[in-house]
Amino acid sequence: MSPAYSPGLLRKIDELIGRYPKKEAALLPVLRLVQDEVGCIGPEEEKFVAGLLDLKPMRVREVATFYTMILTRPQGRYHIQVCHNLSCTLLGATTVLDYLKDRLGIGVGETTPDGKFTLSTVECLGACEMAPCLMVNSDYHGRVDRQRIDEILAGLK
Amino acid sequence: MATKIISGDFGVENLFEIRTYLQRGGYEAVKKALPRMKPAEILEEVKKANLRGRGGAGFPAGVKWGFVPQNVPRPKYLCVNADEGEPGTFKDRYIMSHHPHLLIEGIILASYAVGIHTAFIYIRGEYEAVARRLEGAVQEAQREGYLGKNILGTGFDLEVIVHRGAGAYICGEETALLESLEGKRGHPRLKPPFPASIGLFGCPTVINNVETLSNVPFIVLHGAESFLKQGLPKDGGTRIFSVSGMVKKPGIYELPLGTKLVTLIYEFAGGMMDGKKLKAVIPGGMSAPILRADEIDLPLDFDSLVEAGSMLGSAAVIVIDEETSMLEVLKTMARFYFHESCGQCTPCRVGTSWIYKIVTRMVAGEGRKEDLDTIIDLASNIMGKTLCPMGDAAAMPILSLCRKFREELAKNLAP
Repeated sequence: MSPAYSPGLLRKIDELIGRYPKKEAALLPVLRLVQDEVGCIGPEEEKFVAGLLDLKPMRVREVATFYTMILTRPQGRYHIQVCHNLSCTLLGATTVLDYLKDRLGIGVGETTPDGKFTLSTVECLGACEMAPCLMVNSDYHGRVDRQRIDEILAGLK
Repeated sequence: MATKIISGDFGVENLFEIRTYLQRGGYEAVKKALPRMKPAEILEEVKKANLRGRGGAGFPAGVKWGFVPQNVPRPKYLCVNADEGEPGTFKDRYIMSHHPHLLIEGIILASYAVGIHTAFIYIRGEYEAVARRLEGAVQEAQREGYLGKNILGTGFDLEVIVHRGAGAYICGEETALLESLEGKRGHPRLKPPFPASIGLFGCPTVINNVETLSNVPFIVLHGAESFLKQGLPKDGGTRIFSVSGMVKKPGIYELPLGTKLVTLIYEFAGGMMDGKKLKAVIPGGMSAPILRADEIDLPLDFDSLVEAGSMLGSAAVIVIDEETSMLEVLKTMARFYFHESCGQCTPCRVGTSWIYKIVTRMVAGEGRKEDLDTIIDLASNIMGKTLCPMGDAAAMPILSLCRKFREELAKNLAP
């Protein structure tokens, strides 16, 4: 077992696996725990998780690549995801996205050279009453406009 | 003022804490049912209430529970569908963050009625804060003896596990949800067998939406009659409408089934924003066929919407104004279904990708004369030709948009 993973993570994983009637059911939550610690699920992480759950690495990759929240490449420290589904588009998601591209100097799917920000678009976040909305890592921000974006960005150190 | 079965207490401070919930009469249905009612009595009451599924399909919950074979040697499971992903829908997020114990109480009653001892709440991955709140509520309920071993001394055991998804619209489809919960890609299963007989880990499984289960405590406590008094004789109870788009007051509105769409938009949601003019309404989440402004004088219930050529779906109402380009709406829809198709069935995988390519061409000003007809042809060939309802969910709104707004969309085609 790779020493790169913290004892805390291993303990959490063990606890998680114990909750499911079948070990492999813990795959998604385990992937998310590992991702939280390492940043993304690369080939090394696939092997590590496969070993824990008695699966083939291919089986882990098959699942990891299906879900948008499992990241196969490293992201910036702050992952900004702008909802561009219907309600948010009606209320200005395109302007929000353009402003962010401008402020960060990157396009969708790119990371700033200092590794601080990654910009993505995302499908409906289930927060349409506060459209347009976006997520910074796991935090929701609603009714965003240029001023709100400036404030949010200023708060991210 | 009609009774709000679920959201009446949403304004109460710290409602999510078990202490507040108990003060407001919480867990009374469990206290009434577990010691004194037989599981079959609860099942009968829910059947009598004709509680139809609030996730989108509208299948009666009691009937679903009744399909689960009893006296099988295998465990039975309850899966709570909290994968709220239908664009425009956010009501379950409100229920889970404001009223998590109401959902847990519904879970206990459903599990007791069907003889289930393990329940999973499959919550969409983006609802991180909501999932934490649910986990907190589960722990509180355990501590107070409403979950765990020997609930309230009745000998009934129930464990609830909060399971987070990881970003896949398709996992809201019940069999994809099961696959995902088993640690696989969210590929819907061929039915039959239905989950009631062969579901999670091959065992009998009930899958219910968050809002559906949150209605159960009221039914058990006040009886099916009281439930049916809300709403319509055939469609009992209320729905929580998620209203978004170009209205003054977007948000959730719990109203009796049968409330008119025009009333919801103009009275409850405050009418159009900034004096804008109404152009169209999507009445049941993005997958529901679109209605023109002149078609909204109709009651919001399962059957009336079907008669009007649409569906009540997840009761998410998206309001579109005159200034919005229907080509932009079409592009958003086409991209969404292309992105979310799980890839298992060819008509959906390839069809949604071709439709998106054509719409992109139209947006770029390179629409060909035949493009709208090609989209209609492609969408018609997705309809009814896929394993799961997502094929229809993609085809229906695209077809309705191309037909009802053909004139406007045709302006983007070569003459």
